[in-house]
Amino acid sequence: MASSSSVTELSESSVTSSPSMKLPQSFQRIIRNPMAIIGLVIVLSFILIGITAEIIAPYDYDKSNFMLARDGPSAEHILGNDELGRDMLSRLMYGARISLLLGIMSVGIGLSIGVPMGILAGYFGGTIDLFVTSLIDIMLAFPSILLAIMMVAFLGPSLENAMIAIGVLSIPIYTRLVRSSTMGVKQDLFVEAARALGAKNRTIIVRHILPNVLAPITVQSTLQMAVAIQAAAALGFLGLGAPPDVPEWGNMLQKGRTYIRSAPHIVLYPGLATMMVVFGFSLLGDGLRDALDPRFRK
Amino acid sequence: MTRYLIRRLLLAIPTLIGVSFFVFLSVRLVPGDPAIALAGELATPEIVAQVREDLGLDDPLHIQYITYMGRMLQGDMGQSIRSRLPVVDEIALRLPRTLLLTFASLLVAAAIGIPLGIASSTRPGSMFDTGSMIVALLGISMPIFWLGLMLMILFAVLIPDWLSLTSPVLPPTGYGTWQHMIMPVTALAANSIALQARMTRASMLEVLGQDYIRTARAKGQYERTVVYYHALRNALLPIVTIIGLQFGTLLGGAVLTETVFSWPGIGRLLVDSIGYRDYPVIQGTVFVIAVGFVLTNILVDVLYAYLDPRIQYR
Repeated sequence: MASSSSVTELSESSVTSSPSMKLPQSFQRIIRNPMAIIGLVIVLSFILIGITAEIIAPYDYDKSNFMLARDGPSAEHILGNDELGRDMLSRLMYGARISLLLGIMSVGIGLSIGVPMGILAGYFGGTIDLFVTSLIDIMLAFPSILLAIMMVAFLGPSLENAMIAIGVLSIPIYTRLVRSSTMGVKQDLFVEAARALGAKNRTIIVRHILPNVLAPITVQSTLQMAVAIQAAAALGFLGLGAPPDVPEWGNMLQKGRTYIRSAPHIVLYPGLATMMVVFGFSLLGDGLRDALDPRFRK
Repeated sequence: MTRYLIRRLLLAIPTLIGVSFFVFLSVRLVPGDPAIALAGELATPEIVAQVREDLGLDDPLHIQYITYMGRMLQGDMGQSIRSRLPVVDEIALRLPRTLLLTFASLLVAAAIGIPLGIASSTRPGSMFDTGSMIVALLGISMPIFWLGLMLMILFAVLIPDWLSLTSPVLPPTGYGTWQHMIMPVTALAANSIALQARMTRASMLEVLGQDYIRTARAKGQYERTVVYYHALRNALLPIVTIIGLQFGTLLGGAVLTETVFSWPGIGRLLVDSIGYRDYPVIQGTVFVIAVGFVLTNILVDVLYAYLDPRIQYR
């Protein structure tokens, strides 16, 4: 990963400032990758839709019109109406906001716990490392969606608990990734030099280790957004996420499955939206990995 | 190999203890009294008191855990709040059905995903390669429960309508015949097909760039021999790993697939139990699936040792 390139870069760089990834070069690599650009466009479109849902949504997402219940697409309602006659397009637009927020929050939870754990385990080793790796092994012994289901089952179904559960299941992934990256970086000469100059552990971790594990964390976070959004939809579909009236995509799928014969459009679009945003994050994540990880460079 | 297997099994014990501790603690996440959670909200005070005494809930936590493990080792996972049947009986009835679904999906995924990955790797950069990899990524992005619903619409609504049939082409829900398996297996296998195709392609591309492959080609060997005899055998290791890891993912995915198709396996049992707050059954099913996952990982490690003579296990 980025750490492996840092050894060769040391000779050119000063010992006090650790080699950071060359962003302009990485940016150029992303720009040259058409699949990454497609991913970026999809992701940005969904972010834009999520942010501006109030402005661009043609109808109030919560306004029922029983006369239009389960109606298919029409000129007034491009994607049709749901089982309560609410506009599908407007609900999907608000749903984009919820799904992205769920993704961001759960990735945030995973990052804020997983990264420090990984750095501490990788940097200090010994008992801390043994404890952290044992904890990771136990967490990884559960198929990830199962761990989330179990947590929400016991915490109680809600949007917040779904966020927490999905965040928790990404902790071991970040910890393992950051631990191995840290173990690589801490062997590098610039870290040894910093230590020889009397730098404290905290300074070494913050100024030298962390900047060098940022690239794999960025790649993983993008891919993890895809995982989190898919997991959130799964929890919503099982009735373990948002309350029934919230236009979360998994929730919409759960409500719509009763009407697949008479109104298949109710389940078609939320699933398509989930697939597209997950696809976007996956493409972008793959592109970022190709650009930032030297092992994937052609 | 036997020594390695025993060592690997022994090494799994701490993980399994950790898993059981995690499951044991999970019921403490429920707000309120764990005795009421385990006996059911409708249980009489006498039943709650009985559960409290049986599980030693007034004892210190470590004693409670030892009591819990002692019961688990005797095959006692408690009693279902909903059916009042032993949890172990509920699971034993449904586990074979889930395993059937999971193994069938794994086989289908390997049978389609690996050849697709090989075909892509032999034509890198071609339209076929790019197209199949985009389809594979779309397959990975697709929520399996949604694919299940789409298959239902296709086979139970659209095709019968087109053909003016009075009944669905395939039974949309239930269990019993091979026809019942087609849709759930397809839905469950889709993600794995895509993942295995991508993994096989990546692994094959790496191997096909090696010097010994060039040598084999220079010797005038048939391309088929080069690809299947020299390259595939060496590319198999990461593929085996991903298949093994997929087993656990599929077990987790079975929860969703079984819910969509009303397949009466342990996934469906888990979801139903959540609805009824049947915590003993939730704990039991999660524990069984996690143990299955850990054991599969051991099997993958052992297969690794068997497949790759370069790996020395001490």
